Amino acid sequence: MTNCQECERIAGYSHGLRETLMTGAETKDEGDRAARDRDVQELDQVVIRFAGDSGDGMQLTGDQFTRTTALMGNDIATFPDFPAEIRAPAGTIPGVSAFQLRFSSFDIHTPGDAPDVLVAMNPAALKVHLPLLKKDGILLLNTASFKAINLKKAKYEVDPRTDDTLDGYRVIEVDLTERTKEALANCPLDSRGKDRCKNMYALGILYWLFHRETEPTEKAIAHKFAKKPDVVEANLIAMKAGHAYAETTEIFQTAYKVAPARLPPGTYRNIMGNQALCLGLVAASKRCEVPLFLGSYPITPASDILHQLSGYKHHGVITFQAEDEIAAVCAAIGASYAGQLGITSTSGPGVALKTEAMGLAIMAELPLIVLNVQRAGPSTGMPTKTQQADLLQAMYGRNGESPMVVIACSTPADAFEVGYEAIRIATKHMVPVMVLSDGYIANGSEPWRLPAVDELPPIDVRYAPEGEAGVKFEPYKRDPETLARPWAKPGTPGLVHRIGGLEKQDGTGNISYDPANHQHMVDTRAQKVANVANDLPPLEPVGARTGDVLVLGWGSPRGAITAAVTRMQQQGHRVSAAFLRHLNPLPNDLEALMRGFKRVVLPELNKGQLALMLRSTYLIDVQSYSQVNGQPFRSQDIQDFLEKVLEELRG
Amino acid sequence: MTDVDGRKITKRDFKSDQDVRWCPGCGDYSILNSVQAAFADLGKKLHETVIISGIGCSSRFPYYMETYGFHTIHGRAPALATGVKLSNPDLDVWVVTGDGDAMSIGGNHFIHTMRRNVGLKVLMFNNRIYGLTKGQYSPTSPHGKVTKSTPMGSVDHPFSPIALALGAGGTFVARSVDILAPHLQATIKRADGHGGTAVVEVYQNCNIFNDGAYKHFTDKVVRSERMVELRQGEPLLFGKDHTKGIAFDENFQPYLVEGDDLGKAYVWDEAAASPAPAMALATMDESRFPVPIGVFRRQDKANYEQAVNLQVEHAKSTTQQSLEELLYAGEIWEVS
Repeated sequence: MTNCQECERIAGYSHGLRETLMTGAETKDEGDRAARDRDVQELDQVVIRFAGDSGDGMQLTGDQFTRTTALMGNDIATFPDFPAEIRAPAGTIPGVSAFQLRFSSFDIHTPGDAPDVLVAMNPAALKVHLPLLKKDGILLLNTASFKAINLKKAKYEVDPRTDDTLDGYRVIEVDLTERTKEALANCPLDSRGKDRCKNMYALGILYWLFHRETEPTEKAIAHKFAKKPDVVEANLIAMKAGHAYAETTEIFQTAYKVAPARLPPGTYRNIMGNQALCLGLVAASKRCEVPLFLGSYPITPASDILHQLSGYKHHGVITFQAEDEIAAVCAAIGASYAGQLGITSTSGPGVALKTEAMGLAIMAELPLIVLNVQRAGPSTGMPTKTQQADLLQAMYGRNGESPMVVIACSTPADAFEVGYEAIRIATKHMVPVMVLSDGYIANGSEPWRLPAVDELPPIDVRYAPEGEAGVKFEPYKRDPETLARPWAKPGTPGLVHRIGGLEKQDGTGNISYDPANHQHMVDTRAQKVANVANDLPPLEPVGARTGDVLVLGWGSPRGAITAAVTRMQQQGHRVSAAFLRHLNPLPNDLEALMRGFKRVVLPELNKGQLALMLRSTYLIDVQSYSQVNGQPFRSQDIQDFLEKVLEELRG
Repeated sequence: MTDVDGRKITKRDFKSDQDVRWCPGCGDYSILNSVQAAFADLGKKLHETVIISGIGCSSRFPYYMETYGFHTIHGRAPALATGVKLSNPDLDVWVVTGDGDAMSIGGNHFIHTMRRNVGLKVLMFNNRIYGLTKGQYSPTSPHGKVTKSTPMGSVDHPFSPIALALGAGGTFVARSVDILAPHLQATIKRADGHGGTAVVEVYQNCNIFNDGAYKHFTDKVVRSERMVELRQGEPLLFGKDHTKGIAFDENFQPYLVEGDDLGKAYVWDEAAASPAPAMALATMDESRFPVPIGVFRRQDKANYEQAVNLQVEHAKSTTQQSLEELLYAGEIWEVS
């Protein structure tokens, strides 16, 4: 096993080394009833991966387990891993959809490197995900799908259950299809409808195995299929049948418990990144009393932002599903010009199309929020896989000298604060802001400690007041502190003026080709962005402010970096981590922090884009640790890399 | 402060302090003049009027108007204007564009504006050439046109902006000509009165790169024979003393009538349920038939910004939710 603290805890579980508790003393509530006659073992954490066909309902199953577990007070992190195809051919490898979740009794930062439990609904799911499963891990197989044709589709020459493929795993074989059919013998659904309930049968088995309450799922299913009572009934019967099956048969010798996590006191809800981002934007909009306007065009993995905000009309949110990406951003600019908070949401290919319009917003000096939920590129790339390779596009992907504020969220819950911050910056400084998220944050989830509404920082938006008689309005007359120009809403008497993409004379806004003015305006637009750094809070590193190695991170690798660095600190290494929310401008105290360490390491899911920026900005030899395979970092890989760096330092 | 108190607004009030920089003799001057005159007649308020343009000679228009103005990027003016109109439906939003801007790079936004019926007034200056880039053929240049980029003649087929607007569901589609100031002003005023998207194609002469493109039917000498004005409820007649007319056969093909057949001339109805007559006129062969000007089609239809804002207002009146209730929603739990 590894030397990592978290993994040791799992090792304890996997090898059954931990003290085994008898259940007699535990049967104090319904949740424990299930395990009356079996051993119950207490664990610190478990990683489960559900895998099956796209049509097998694995995302729903994972989502139900997540909700239940969050409500039971565990810390939790999730990682949906699904194909772009809505329904790839059944039973094939491209059609495999998976959902990994990790829950624990302590504070965790990632959905786990490797699962302890794999539910494989068919041979293709087994083929794709077995290599990830820990040795001695639990493997639940649906035997009904291990037919010759499915084995062939999964490219198994022989049934993996008959050779040594599954050696070293604790294999549980259940004919989920047949068991579900039997349980639903009296239900009015047709045989296809019944077959669709087999994921709930599997969920029931896992609920028993991990002492989960079934009530939250009963409620959720009743709500989700409210108009289809037969479907609700069948799903719940299947779940209960699975639960009863695990309880009464002796497929498991032991059931497991994971105590609630010791999270900081507060009120929590489980949240996905796209959801949190939307809530941050709406919260800021309510706080500054300026309505939100979203112009968007559907694109994976950003579409959920459009869906969610379209449901917030009662908060005054206007959503506009445009004819294309360009119309989406242009409408958002139009909304900002008219005095609303213009936002556009997209992913990398969409940002490419919006490039020219972002330049217009920079030139017109209007607030605009561009949300880029990054995915694996280039071109169409791998739409459902994560990557952070759009940083340089965000920084430099426009014609001319066109600096733009760039900020990034690092976890699902962090996306709330980042959405809020984007609006604060855009309105205070009258600049467009690019927000970088990614597929891993967007669709991943974690418990979110809800902020007290009255403690949200105020955002003070002031439009230009009505003009005075005889005074010509100057649309580019600047605030001396921020250099922001006034936000002059059409409809306001006395402020008529013209703006546009042509270079403007500072102050009057008249078209100007004057060389000195152009130099001045280029410098001013750059200074406006630089000024954003003036009110950033100091960086708060994880660990000491000086030492051997500083691990810098931005975006979604935060969790994996924190896990790796925390373990190494516990082993006595002088390693710290710091995370950048603000990428342009960079925080004023970053350079000093970097210079306090012998080495600076920067793990990124790209070919070293922030590393390139930092090296050129500070002339510091930042060491890039790059991974671009569409998957999030495994914390162990980061730790292995850091150990090598430390060895070099010693050598 | 330039708004007019206690005095009737005049054409001069709409002139900005910027020097107009179109080529001397450009048709854009007369259009600017007609717009300023029509706006004054309509008693528009400077601060409630917004003019949004794309890129091209026509798109310099906002700089010369003493109203709110936004000179945007190539082809995107309707999209940006849609955002403005959705955010503040009370504003009077005009889009000024050209045949390259609206028909080529911005074709998508043009048709979707029609489809949604956003309450925008679109003035599309059609000079059948790219002027600002110095003389390449445009999507409305005739087949065979020799330009800088088509030295052997264009092999592209042009399309009719009117037919395109009709096909996209346009609810107010009209055509006028730069030099016909009274007709142009009347058409602008009718567009102003329309609730949804109003498109006015304005034939505009580019005296530098495509001089005389419309001369064969707009010239005073031939005008009465070569143009037909669409008048609501009146037959399609043209020629000196209105002695010729346009009729449709059973296949809705237009043909010319005169003499005893003049009574067969089609009685124009811009509000007809079917767009077929308008489409037939919009696609008539310019060499064989007179060129129609006037309102091709006018339909009353719910407009987009009102429908969008109605949903928002309805949601606000039926669901009150504080920010706290929004955040503390769904399944929440306490950790103490």
